[in-house]
Amino acid sequence: MAMAKTKSKWLGYAEWWLVFLLPLVPLGLLTYNAWIFNLGADPAQEIVHETGIWAINLLWTTLAITPLRRIFKFSWPMRYRRMLGLYTLFYAVVHLLAFATFILGWRWDLLLKELVERPYIVVGAAALLLLIPLGVTSTRGMQRRLGRNWLRLHKLVYPIALLVMVHIIWQIRSDFGEQLMYGAILSMLLGSRVYFYLQKKVRVMQAARAA
Amino acid sequence: MLIKKPDSIKSSEITSESVYLNRRHFMRGALGTAALLATGAANAIPEYEVEKDLPIYRGPDWLQQKIRASERNGQYVTDEKLTPYFHVMSYNNFYEFGTGKKDPARHAQDFNTDPWKVEISGEVGKPGVYNLEDLVKPHLLEERIYRLRCVEAWSMVVPWVGLSLGDLLKKFEPTSKAKYVEFTTLFDPEQMPGQRSRFSTLEWPYVEGLRIDEAMHPLTMLAVGVYGNALPPQNGAPLRLVVPWKYGFKSIKSIVRIRLTDKMPKTTWNQMAPQEYGFYSNVNPAVDHPRWSQASERRLPSSLFNPNRIDTLPFNGYAEEVAELYRGMDLKKWY
Repeated sequence: MAMAKTKSKWLGYAEWWLVFLLPLVPLGLLTYNAWIFNLGADPAQEIVHETGIWAINLLWTTLAITPLRRIFKFSWPMRYRRMLGLYTLFYAVVHLLAFATFILGWRWDLLLKELVERPYIVVGAAALLLLIPLGVTSTRGMQRRLGRNWLRLHKLVYPIALLVMVHIIWQIRSDFGEQLMYGAILSMLLGSRVYFYLQKKVRVMQAARAA
Repeated sequence: MLIKKPDSIKSSEITSESVYLNRRHFMRGALGTAALLATGAANAIPEYEVEKDLPIYRGPDWLQQKIRASERNGQYVTDEKLTPYFHVMSYNNFYEFGTGKKDPARHAQDFNTDPWKVEISGEVGKPGVYNLEDLVKPHLLEERIYRLRCVEAWSMVVPWVGLSLGDLLKKFEPTSKAKYVEFTTLFDPEQMPGQRSRFSTLEWPYVEGLRIDEAMHPLTMLAVGVYGNALPPQNGAPLRLVVPWKYGFKSIKSIVRIRLTDKMPKTTWNQMAPQEYGFYSNVNPAVDHPRWSQASERRLPSSLFNPNRIDTLPFNGYAEEVAELYRGMDLKKWY
C-alpha cells in the first residue's frame, strides 16, 4: 500500500516535470538554431514567427483542457491549466520582445509607427496586454481573494483568443490554410462551451418547470 | 606515428559543429568582399567562391558556355555588400513551391527546366514558340548587380546574369499597338505543389506585366543566371524577369509566355488585392502598403545583433534612371 503510494507520487513528479519541460522545447530548439546560425537569412523573422506560433499553440491547448474534462472526462490535465496559461503569456512576451529587439532594434519612433500603421500589431498587442492580468491573478492566493470575480476576469481568455485570430488573419497574404486550421480548432473549443452553457440553461429551466 | 588512426583522434580535437558553423558564418560575410576583390580581367565575371556543401546549378551546356562568356556590366554595379549566395538560394518567395521562405528551396529541386520553351505572342511581327536556347544565344550575356526590394520590406543585393529584355523584344518586332508586355509563369501543378493548394487565394498561372516603355528600359533584365551560374530552380529558373526599381513580385519567375498587348495585363497580385498591390508597384517609401510601412527595409541577411534596417529609396535607388518614365503621374494614385 505504502509502496503504491510512493510510486504514484513519483509518477506524479515525473508527469509534472514532463509537462513543465515540454513547452520549453520549441524555445530551446530555436535558441540552439540561432546559436549555430541555422535560422536562414532572416533569423529575426523566424524567431518572432515561431514564438508567436507557440504562444497560439499553448493558448489553444489551455482552452482545450476544460472541453477534455467535460466531453472525455479527462480531468488530470486540469492540474496543468494554469501552467499552460502562464506558458502562453511567457511565449507571447518573448514574441513581443523579439519583435521589438530583433526587428525594430528598439527604435521607438518605428515602434509607434508600426503600431499605428499595422493594425494586426495593435490587435496582437491588445491580446498580450489582456493576458497580463490573467497571469498576475493566476496564483491560488489571488484566486481566493477575488472569489467569484476571478472566474469572471478569466473569461477574458475568450476575447483574447478572438483577438489572436484577427492578429493572424490580418497577416494573410494569399494562403490561409494555417489560419483556417487555427480557426477551426478554436471554433470547436468555443463551440463546446456554448453547447454546455445551453445544456445547463435547459436543465435549469426544466428544473424550474418541475418545481 | 605520423599518421593518426581515426580512433586516436580525441573527441576534444574535433571541431564542434557550432564552431564549424560559426566559421561558415564568418566566411559568408567575407565572401562578398573577396568576390569583388577577385575581379581580374576588365569585364569578366568574378569567380565566386561558394561553400563546398552548397548546391550549384550549372544548367545545360549551352547556358554554361553563355555564362562563361558573359561580362560584367560596369554601369550596373554597386558598392553595397552582396547578399551571400547561400541566402539568395535559400530565402525565396515563389508561391508555386509553397508560401514559406524555405519552401521553394525545399520543393523545387526536381523542377524540370531543360528543355524549356517560351511563347512570344500578341503584337509582334514574329510570334512563335521558341526554345530558350534560341532566344538567349544571339545575345551577349552580362552580369548586373541589382538591389532587390521585396514588398514585405526586406531586401537583398544580387549579381544576376542575363540580358536586357528590350534587346530580346526588339528581335521579335513589336508592333505600334504593343503598349504593354504580359508575362506568364509555367502552370504545372504536378511539379508545383503551391498550385495544388486549396487554401490559396491566388489564381494560377502567375501573371505579371510592364508598360512597354518599362519593358524596353535598359535596366529591365531577363535573368538566366545568378552568382556566375545558372539560376537555381527556386530563384525562377530557367528564365525570370528582374525589374530592380519595382517590388520583387513584379520580377516574375520561370516564364513560359511573353505576350505584347494593347491592354494593361491583369496581374496576379493586383487582381487578388487591388488596394494592396498596384499594377506599377514601384518601390516608393512614401506610399505604404495598407498593412505595413514601406519607409524602411531590412537588408538581408540580418543578424540578431543588428536588424540591418535602412531607409528605402524612391524607385529602390534607381530614380535617376527611371523617374522620368512616370513624369506627371501621381504615384500615390498609380502605386
